[in-house]
Amino acid sequence: MITLTLVEQPAVPLEAEVVRPDVVAGLSAEAIRALPVFLGRRQRRLDDFFRVEGDGGDEIEVRGDAGRVKWIGRGMTRGRIVVRGNAGMHLGAHMAGGAIEVLGDASDWVGAEMSGGLIRVQGSVGGQAGAAYRGSASGMRDGTILIGGSAGLEVGMRMKRGTIVVAGRVRDFAGLQMKGGTLVLGGGAELRTGAWMLRGTIISLHPIPLLPTFAYACRYVPTFVRLYARHLQALGFGLPADEADGAYRRYTGDSSVPGRGEILVWSPRGD
Amino acid sequence: MNTLRITGGTVYDPANGIDGIVRDVCIADGQIVADVEAGRTINASGLIVFPGGVDVHTHVAGGALNFARGLVPELHRAARTFQHGAMPPAGGRAGAAGSLRRAGLGGVTPTTFATGYLYAGMGWTTVNEAAVPILTAKHTHEELHDTPIVDKSCLLLMANNEIVLDLLEAGEVERAQQVVGWLMWAAKVYGIKAVNPGGVAAWKWGRNARALHEPVEGYRRLTPAQIIAGLAGIVDQLDLPHPLHLHCNNLGIPGNVATTVETMQVLEGRRAHLAHLQFHAYDGEGWDSMRSGAVAVAEAFKAHPQLTADAGAVLFGDAVTITADGPWQHLLYQLTGRKWGNLDVENETGCGIVPYVYKDRSVVNAVQWAVGLELLLLVDDPWRIFLTTDHPNGGCFWRYPEIVQLLMDVEARRAQIRKLPPAAQQRIMLGDLDREYTLSEIAIITSAGPARALGLPQKGHLGVGADADVTIYPAKPDRDGCLFSYPRYVIKGGAIVVEEGDVVAVSDGREFVVRPVYDDGIEDYIRPLFEQVYTMSFENYPVEIGRLRRPALMTLAAKRR
Repeated sequence: MITLTLVEQPAVPLEAEVVRPDVVAGLSAEAIRALPVFLGRRQRRLDDFFRVEGDGGDEIEVRGDAGRVKWIGRGMTRGRIVVRGNAGMHLGAHMAGGAIEVLGDASDWVGAEMSGGLIRVQGSVGGQAGAAYRGSASGMRDGTILIGGSAGLEVGMRMKRGTIVVAGRVRDFAGLQMKGGTLVLGGGAELRTGAWMLRGTIISLHPIPLLPTFAYACRYVPTFVRLYARHLQALGFGLPADEADGAYRRYTGDSSVPGRGEILVWSPRGD
Repeated sequence: MNTLRITGGTVYDPANGIDGIVRDVCIADGQIVADVEAGRTINASGLIVFPGGVDVHTHVAGGALNFARGLVPELHRAARTFQHGAMPPAGGRAGAAGSLRRAGLGGVTPTTFATGYLYAGMGWTTVNEAAVPILTAKHTHEELHDTPIVDKSCLLLMANNEIVLDLLEAGEVERAQQVVGWLMWAAKVYGIKAVNPGGVAAWKWGRNARALHEPVEGYRRLTPAQIIAGLAGIVDQLDLPHPLHLHCNNLGIPGNVATTVETMQVLEGRRAHLAHLQFHAYDGEGWDSMRSGAVAVAEAFKAHPQLTADAGAVLFGDAVTITADGPWQHLLYQLTGRKWGNLDVENETGCGIVPYVYKDRSVVNAVQWAVGLELLLLVDDPWRIFLTTDHPNGGCFWRYPEIVQLLMDVEARRAQIRKLPPAAQQRIMLGDLDREYTLSEIAIITSAGPARALGLPQKGHLGVGADADVTIYPAKPDRDGCLFSYPRYVIKGGAIVVEEGDVVAVSDGREFVVRPVYDDGIEDYIRPLFEQVYTMSFENYPVEIGRLRRPALMTLAAKRR
């Protein structure tokens, strides 16, 4: 295992896409220290900012407040990264496999355009988690993003497959132009959830304001939700799926596109 | 004197009748000369020597292309990057002193500096930007100046200019000719381009010009045929070095063979260059029945020897379609359902932009791919049809070597055909064509032919007095398995700019500008019209010659009537 301890807080965000198992595995500590990072337009060495201990392996531990360190785990395909603090923007963007665990908060674009693997953030994240970068046709294509706190704008924008679970509240435009996959909102959402949605599922455990272009269909507990609940239980997230407790109100849309997506809103028994 | 001798290479110089002869090429002060006594020598034994490539139709600068660049950030992220810095040392030799490479992006819509590096890196030394509105000509010239190494020219969009159309409607052809002359010099261009004659003007009413002999929307009598014949006549009267550069009506639409053949009849006896002919050679009644119309177009084309054309070939993969043909772009947007940009260029023209992916599993795209190659193979005179992809419409210019390979290798074509959907295979005739291009014919369609069609006597050949633009290729397929991807050397204006496929020195190219003959008094006619309808002031309209930093001016003499 390799441990990176942030000793020099960068004055501006530091671009450190080398912090991923695919790059450091097999490198000596000396080689890892010399890896290039970018501070603005200047190329610097990793050890200008981090104390590097241990030899390269498939596990990386980042210590200190890395809230200004961008691109951690970019495009990683294997191994594991643990960030014992905050992580900066683009955490795990384009990642295809492996796992990232953040004990603090992360910033915008967590898991953007990822195609596999697991990202778990215990705190809150910024906007565009699992989203498509500007101009791209699709966002995350597979994999799982679990967020313990809240999230910002455009979570799951244009996502095509995979799962995003946010335990807290999200802001506007969750699931914007969503094409597939599942977005679970444990703490509800602000405005325009599912706007331009084509396909896919948004599950909200709290009542949310819905666009007029979503039509009410029925109240039930879909079979797949029971399967999903078991899957998420294993990941530490409870999803109600017992008819004794209540049911989901199903809305379809966004008919302005027109789309065939669904929004399931949990409604407890007696509600 | 700055001299260079290329010795031992097998020279292909079709304009001078030299077809694969081992001989020396000598260069002094930027020109080909008969002999030099001292100076550097390049040993080209076992290599082949071509005149530098000439692109007769490409889109590399200006407002429309910049709009396209802004529309596709996702393609920039995947693009090849060029980093700022000194030239990389190549062949053990450091880059020429003072040569600094500028940062840029390659990809589907390369940035200006990268455009120059990519063209030169492939062995092309002259490019013709095919579509410039007067209103954005200043911007275009600024970008062309920042496109290094290659020499440039550009063509003025004219077939939907409302002042000119009004004159043609009124039958005032003589005055229209004066106006065209004035507008050309106002924009500092090399020639005249006609895009979907009448169709872009009609698009401002939400319509198109589909029939050549029906009046254009907004006019009582004027038809597309009259615009075509009128402009072709004006170009001949002005005696421009390059004939009318024509993007025919009904681009991209199944069944447009009839329009293309009819256009050739309208042009009867007049010179013209038909741009991206592939997009105008589709048979069938709709998308479901679309099939190749290459045979009919090629036969009609052969019967009109005063015409030239470029292929506008399609390659599978990412492209961005950019054209003044606004109504077509709206149709294409409806077909793709993704992004669409539309520009209205006041009284002159319009522009549409749609990013597009050509897929080999699409029957329509497969037919398009085949038609481009079919036309290049069916037109047996290589001096009349040239290699282009209508960059970036049918594919990127830096993929030309892939087309060269397909033209030279019938088996490579058939291997690709076998991968196409069966429905597509029945709608093309490419598999029946056995022709394989010779190296000499490749030199014609990539250099000698387009140079001649552009009317640039100093380009496209290696005779004494020609510009010393020389490309030296390995004689065998290179790292990609493609001939011509990585020239060993590219010499531009006598200076070595590329070694082993890498740019080692950067020079500024020149810009060819034609000063046509017109009566200065015509300005008194244009000014009040302009002040009525344009949003800018008349004084700010023309491009001053001082804005072009390296103009190569060609002043025409009055033609006797």
